[in-house]
Amino acid sequence: MSDIEERVKKIVVEQLGVDEAEVTYLSSFIDDLGADSLDTVELVMALEEEFGAEIPDEDAEKITTVQAAIDYIKAQQG
Amino acid sequence: MSKRRVVVTGLGIVSPVGSKLETAWDNIKAGRSGINRISSDLFDASAFSVRIAGNVKGFNADDYIKPKDQKKMDKFIHYGIGAGVEAIRDSGLEVTEENAERIGVLMGSGIGGLDTIERNYATFLNGGPRKISPFFVPASIINMVAGNLSIMFGLKGPNMSIVSACATATHSIGDAARMIVYGDADVMIAGGSEMGSTPLGIGGFAAARALSTRNDDPEAASRPWDVDRDGFVLGDGGGVLVLEEYEFAKKRGARIYCELVGYGMSSDAYHMTTPSEGGEGAARCMVNAMKDAGLNAADVDYVNAHGTSTPAGDKAETMAVKRALGDHAYKVAVSSTKSMTGHLLGAAGGIEAVFSVLAIRDQILPPTINMDNQDPECDLDYVPNIARETAVNVAMSNSFGFGGTNGTLIFKKI
Repeated sequence: MSDIEERVKKIVVEQLGVDEAEVTYLSSFIDDLGADSLDTVELVMALEEEFGAEIPDEDAEKITTVQAAIDYIKAQQG
Repeated sequence: MSKRRVVVTGLGIVSPVGSKLETAWDNIKAGRSGINRISSDLFDASAFSVRIAGNVKGFNADDYIKPKDQKKMDKFIHYGIGAGVEAIRDSGLEVTEENAERIGVLMGSGIGGLDTIERNYATFLNGGPRKISPFFVPASIINMVAGNLSIMFGLKGPNMSIVSACATATHSIGDAARMIVYGDADVMIAGGSEMGSTPLGIGGFAAARALSTRNDDPEAASRPWDVDRDGFVLGDGGGVLVLEEYEFAKKRGARIYCELVGYGMSSDAYHMTTPSEGGEGAARCMVNAMKDAGLNAADVDYVNAHGTSTPAGDKAETMAVKRALGDHAYKVAVSSTKSMTGHLLGAAGGIEAVFSVLAIRDQILPPTINMDNQDPECDLDYVPNIARETAVNVAMSNSFGFGGTNGTLIFKKI
């Protein structure tokens, strides 16, 4: 697992208050991890904080799974 | 049709003297103070003229709210939910599909999520508007105690909040009872909660010169009717009653503490923070409550006073009791549990309703502590320093707030 993957998963665990074991790459924040729309906003804010990025709202809307978050951050950092 | 009667079937408390009903009541009966120096865990108070408060003791939010959800709620919501859950558990009430629409919540707060507002404003100043939490609004607005309790228990009846400064919880309980009388609900969860001991809360009341500065002796700082009183002590917590229509409560075999027989309201129409001359507004409030209860002054055994320990307020309330009760003022027992809890603002009427109900249950009057030298201008029986066993059939609870708003509840043994 790359550094980015690890950090994204850690944030998801912290923000959504879920067990690490529950979080897979395919996990949907809302459907699988019990997040509501406000949780996802806060999650994106935490990702911005962690990676020093600014994620516009139109991009944030597409970040609905753990994999989507990882891909987005990787693309940004790349 | 005769008027629907309202009884008290559940009590819940989160407070500076404890956050379990019997612990808090034992401390009150024993005259133990819950006032403390403000811990640096809350905030660094070293630059403040007031460095004492009645912070909550014996409360763990994990007992009531999932950790994930706790951070979406200000502490005043934690305290309100804690006291609400305790009261519902105490009542033994079971929410069913059949009764859910007949059960409501009326929980107020004087200020609401001040701590959350301060933190988010700091975040905004440091990081700009994008850093404001999406939970900022639902974490800080006042009606979210009522909202969250309804969500947790599926309570589908009336759901709202009253804001009337230090009279908030008293008005909430009184108005909730009226909803039962009127037929809008059969059960109401009612009271108030507060978390005012934040930098702006302490700083603001200190700037208004409303608070005691007895920083070197916190437990002696709240001393209603004593000559050396110098202001109130801010307290945090929540106080909640479960109110039920009498027949509904009987039918489900509920344990009934007492009846809520009277509710009075009035306004001083005088000054933002100073009580009206001779306690005129407060007196009318007590008279209105007695009228509502169909009771005479001579029927009142105990007054749980507003008694905040401010020089002007304590004197005004003394005069108000005399105005309202006439000669009986010298026979009635008047005490201030704020001498032990401090002043919980919008939650004060809630915890004081709890103590008034327990005074009736146990036939014991809570004391006013720190009465070393009674102010000669305050010449009533304030149950000084030691609790008193005596017959308590009728207990009155007063709350008066900034803006000149007044509320009085009257509880009666059943």
